Amino acid sequence: MSMPFYVSPEQLMRDRAEFARKGIARGRSVIVAQYDSGIVFATENPSRALHKISEIYDRIGFAAVGKYNEFENLRVAGIRYADLRGYTYDRTDVMARGLANAYAQTLGTAFTTESKPLEVELVVAEVGLSAAQDQIYRLAYDGSVAEEHGFVVIGGQSDSLNEVMATLWKPDLPLAEVLGIMAQVLATPQGVPAQSGGPTGTGAGTGETDAEQAEPADSVRALSADKLEAAVLDRTKARRCFKRLTPQRINELFGE
Amino acid sequence: MGHESGFPRDFTGVGSSFLDFAQRVAPEVLPMSRSVDKGVLPEVPHGTTIVTAQFAGGVVMAGDRRATMGSMISSRQMEKVFAADETSVVGIAGTAGIAIELVRLFQLELEHYEKIEGDTLSLDGKANRLAALLRSNLPLAMQGLAAVPLFAGFDTDRGYGRIYSYDVTGGRYEETNHHSVGSGSVFARGALKKLWHADMTRTEAVRLCIEALWDAADDDSATAGPDVLRKIWPIVAVVTADGFSYVDPAELTEVATMVLAGRSEGLAHARVLTPGKGGPGNAVPPTTTLHAPGTGPGGDPAGSGGGAGSWPGSSEINPGSTRGGEGAQQ
Repeated sequence: MSMPFYVSPEQLMRDRAEFARKGIARGRSVIVAQYDSGIVFATENPSRALHKISEIYDRIGFAAVGKYNEFENLRVAGIRYADLRGYTYDRTDVMARGLANAYAQTLGTAFTTESKPLEVELVVAEVGLSAAQDQIYRLAYDGSVAEEHGFVVIGGQSDSLNEVMATLWKPDLPLAEVLGIMAQVLATPQGVPAQSGGPTGTGAGTGETDAEQAEPADSVRALSADKLEAAVLDRTKARRCFKRLTPQRINELFGE
Repeated sequence: MGHESGFPRDFTGVGSSFLDFAQRVAPEVLPMSRSVDKGVLPEVPHGTTIVTAQFAGGVVMAGDRRATMGSMISSRQMEKVFAADETSVVGIAGTAGIAIELVRLFQLELEHYEKIEGDTLSLDGKANRLAALLRSNLPLAMQGLAAVPLFAGFDTDRGYGRIYSYDVTGGRYEETNHHSVGSGSVFARGALKKLWHADMTRTEAVRLCIEALWDAADDDSATAGPDVLRKIWPIVAVVTADGFSYVDPAELTEVATMVLAGRSEGLAHARVLTPGKGGPGNAVPPTTTLHAPGTGPGGDPAGSGGGAGSWPGSSEINPGSTRGGEGAQQ
């Protein structure tokens, strides 16, 4: 006769969170940041077909890390949500806040009721008419939402990268400069925490210092255009603001 | 669309058609899901003539601006030519409410596919989706709420512009060279046939469309010609390898003015029937003081022979008095 072991709710949640965090930290980071005329998304992604960054609606973009099949489902759901809403009401009635809520509910429900939490972390960003009106929401695996200002890094060693990003990013920088910073940040500490080898939760602290020390030597090794997946939400566009940056365009921006 | 527990199950899963998705999740928002009882439909706005023509490097589509409700003009500024997406154009004739809704749905269908799949449909694929939308509108078409689109685009695989016409059952037909739909299309097609030639330039093709619409407006009361008074020109759109663009009003003003000048020159010496001539009981007795040179049967007291010149000033606008009797005989 088998009796299930008693597991306290606290322990259950901790285990689930640990499980999701591990899955998310295994992938590569995505950075979302404001530049002078919009929001730019970038990640290291050698695949040209399997995107981590996507258009949702006229002024809304989406970025995700974690398990591809899980965030792909969420991406499609977001597009359907936005398109249905825009068709039912008006295109201007589709807002990132509503979408972020729907994602938060989905993630939260899966975290508490499904057999396993979704191993994904998302960013929903909406470009406004001015930088002050931009909205960037970060959604964690458990459904918690945070509104970010300026920039946000998700996935991989996001904590350490967020700190590196904070030292380099400034408001109102031109696109080329912000993308350059992102390429550099994405390249620098990627291997570092893996070398330190510690569990993901504690590795962040040492990873950060290593990253900063390694930075001057690694800055030459900024990601090349063909390894970057990048896209912008350009606030100057009339309707569909989302535009993917091709490797050629990225090279142009890098002045190569 | 309450999302107390996030997205409903139907929001995930495969499929890249908005139409299929909406039919599953929210059929009430779609125009075709409304059932209409048989009954007398009040007059509703109708949009009319659309013309389209291929030219070297792309395709041009134009539509007049009139919407009619029975014999009344319900709008002078209606838009009937739209960007379906960045490389195709759709124009629509028929019941305006249904037509505009179909365009909105078609645009969304293409955009939805593009966002979900990360790639655009082929031009044939887009044309087929439009056929599917029309087919699902068939019940409404049977009730008299029909809309007939004209679709054209630049085929990036083949490198030239292509045109598709439709019927209300969703039949899809590829057209070559040029085409026209709507109430004035019979007259527009005549003009297109005479004026179209292979390898037209963009400018020539834009002018061709204006000419064809003008001819349609000349004979079809539901089609508007260029409105010189209000400076309202037909909407003209061009699709090339560079994508969709509307022809800007300044260029249209220029083309319309050119066509206007050409036509008024052509008509400068056209004979116009003079009032008081020949109509039964409508004759003005000839006055002896007026002298019209070359008047034919001028002395006819009944005026049935109605020669030119017995009305003051008429001799200037009536060339060739030998033909003066024609009008009276009609």
